[in-house]
Amino acid sequence: MKEEIIIAGFGGQGVLSMGKILAYSGLMEGKEVSWMPSYGPEQRGGTANVTVILSDERISSPVLNEYDIAIILNQPSLERFESKVKAGGTLIYDNYGMHHAPTRTDIDIYRIDAMDAAIEMENSKAFNMIVLGGLLKIKPIVSLENVLNGLRKSLPKRHHGLIPMNEQAILKGMELIRKV
Amino acid sequence: MKGNEAIAHAAIRYGADGYFGYPITPQSEIMETLMEEKPWETTGMVVLQAESELAAINMVYGGAGCGKAVMTSSSSPGVSLKQEGVSYLAGTELPALIVNVMRGGPGLGTIQPSQADYFQAVKGGGHGDYKLIALAPASVQEMADFVKLGFDLAFKYRNPAIILADGIIGQMMEKVVLPPFQPRLTEEQIREARPWATLGKRAGHHNNILTSLELDPARMEENNLRFQAKYREIEEHEVRYEEIHCAEADYLLIAFGSMARICQKVQEVAAEQGLKLGLLRPITLWPFPSKAIASLAHKVKGILVVELNAGQMIEDVRLAVNGEVKVEHFGRLGGIVPTPDEVLTAVKKTFL
Amino acid sequence: MEIKDIVRPENLVYSKPRLLNDNPMHYCPGCSHGVVHKLIAEIIDEMGMEENAIGIAPVGCAVFAYNYIDIDWQEAAHGRAPAIATAIKRLNPSKLVFTYQGDGDLAAIGTAETIHACNRGENIAIIFINNAIYGMTGGQMAPTTLEGMVTSTCPYGRNVELNGYPLKITDLVTHLDGTCYVTRQSVHTAAAVKKTKKAIRQAFENSLARKGTSWVEVVSTCASGWKMTPEKANQWMVENMFAKYPLGDLKNE
Repeated sequence: MKEEIIIAGFGGQGVLSMGKILAYSGLMEGKEVSWMPSYGPEQRGGTANVTVILSDERISSPVLNEYDIAIILNQPSLERFESKVKAGGTLIYDNYGMHHAPTRTDIDIYRIDAMDAAIEMENSKAFNMIVLGGLLKIKPIVSLENVLNGLRKSLPKRHHGLIPMNEQAILKGMELIRKV
Repeated sequence: MKGNEAIAHAAIRYGADGYFGYPITPQSEIMETLMEEKPWETTGMVVLQAESELAAINMVYGGAGCGKAVMTSSSSPGVSLKQEGVSYLAGTELPALIVNVMRGGPGLGTIQPSQADYFQAVKGGGHGDYKLIALAPASVQEMADFVKLGFDLAFKYRNPAIILADGIIGQMMEKVVLPPFQPRLTEEQIREARPWATLGKRAGHHNNILTSLELDPARMEENNLRFQAKYREIEEHEVRYEEIHCAEADYLLIAFGSMARICQKVQEVAAEQGLKLGLLRPITLWPFPSKAIASLAHKVKGILVVELNAGQMIEDVRLAVNGEVKVEHFGRLGGIVPTPDEVLTAVKKTFL
Repeated sequence: MEIKDIVRPENLVYSKPRLLNDNPMHYCPGCSHGVVHKLIAEIIDEMGMEENAIGIAPVGCAVFAYNYIDIDWQEAAHGRAPAIATAIKRLNPSKLVFTYQGDGDLAAIGTAETIHACNRGENIAIIFINNAIYGMTGGQMAPTTLEGMVTSTCPYGRNVELNGYPLKITDLVTHLDGTCYVTRQSVHTAAAVKKTKKAIRQAFENSLARKGTSWVEVVSTCASGWKMTPEKANQWMVENMFAKYPLGDLKNE
């Protein structure tokens, strides 16, 4: 098994930490993982993206040409990465703030209104976990249990109280995602 | 964990006595992790944020002079500032570990990954005829492992060693198995193992003077010849490299660090297309695996050196190949990282 | 009576300090360095700290200090002695660690290292020889060169519009919270030598007691650089240097 994933959006949306949780979850399942962020001032408001690879085999390059799964959270990222999804691959996007939708017909496209749900939950921090829930619903590459284990591993102890909220958000995302 | 974090944890576990640094992107996580871990409360390791890169490298000089295992880390512009101290370390024959997580230059440049400090690391960097033992990690695991390797080689040869990483290896996260904890040496153990250390002159012993100064040119030449003899010995015994699918290859890629990882993907994609590419990855950039490259040179139809710079390691490859086969370069500059496809296109354009 | 009849153990009232070796010093006649070297050798011996003393030599005339005093030494790059001393002391908290620096080394090229070591309150002693000139390189202007004073790089005298003012760095470090003892002394008379010895001893004791950074400026002569006889240089120092750099304790906590 090998999944090559790009997560892209605005800095501050939790793009990097979502990738981190995914990577840690893979680690919990004994997989080889790689997490390669775009880094720098982008972290603070510009576009941010992270490449996450989960694999049963040793991972060669952390930098890729194309992806099995693209998780797209803003318009510039859609323009940049829609064409980079492998034929037959998967694209997940949140329509919030976008002015046009993905157009490819040779890939599976899913929409998740995670931002709206996060606003409804009055918890903007839940946003990335809702998206992650959506991903896990359609691509159960890691188990929910190991995501929670991964959270315990990656979050400092003082934030462990937030884990139930994260679980709720993941379950919410699983409900929300739908095929386009 | 991140490559930068792996360096910090590995240093604590090695039993390093001190870290002295100055923050600079993309490697600040090294000092941040050390400060978060507070090793002074556990192993007794000293961690200090210096007022400048110059102060940091000179703190390393002071600590190294006491026979302690001390290190610093920085990124390209900061490493340029450190060159004075690095030259003094080499000239005084002091062991120390320096980490450079390279970013694009010249000048302040960019904070994105680069390998443009190759020349600086392998040809000396500061003034005078000297060499650094230069290690090029290509994974987070090697970031951790090369802390021990770097310190061990530095002490073995009384010479500074450098881990030459780049922003990709520093910032990416991978699975890593951290080395076991080693105790720090006691003062008595240091006096025993490193009798040159300045820890206070013992009665009945000569005093230790650590200096790179020698006004008599005849004696300064002798010193230099001693350094050169040491460098030849290192070249003889410490060359490290990895060969991947080189035996059956038609063309050879040569790349180090993060670019060697990308080139492995290039090999996979090329193989699917029926193109057999070998990859030689120098692990020690100095001493350089010249013999290994020379012996492969007449078995392949061409060599492409892939670097995040305008063509630096290619000079050492050409010296090794000595005209046996066509050697060309592909690189992106200023912080741009090529995709595997770009590299493969370059292979085809160059040789097919 | 011959000399050998006079020089007998029972007649000796003074001897060269044990830690000062027999290497002929390269210092010019009338230079203050030799006296301060002697004091340091004497104090370390008296304190019984020979096995635990580490000195850091500067770039400048005292670059070869390590050739004269038989303790462990590290030679620093120009100005970096306080950074080197910082690491040595932090890695070896029980040792006596001191720097020996001139005005160019400490107050020009090493200003940052000097101020930050003092500001961190490193438990080191800084011995600062201020002769207002670069002696080793042939008499160029120093940060502490007096206004109007002639050197090879201010041949018409130091002009503050061109070169700025003499840097009173000892006054400056007095204001830093990390320093515990700041004093300005001289070695031009027997009484002054005695006072300087007391000051250096206190600085060394402070280093061992980890009280903070101790600072002993020794206002000094450079007969060669000033182009004067030793006697004239002492006189000139008293008349001109002391006016700008008055002797005494600036801080003793």
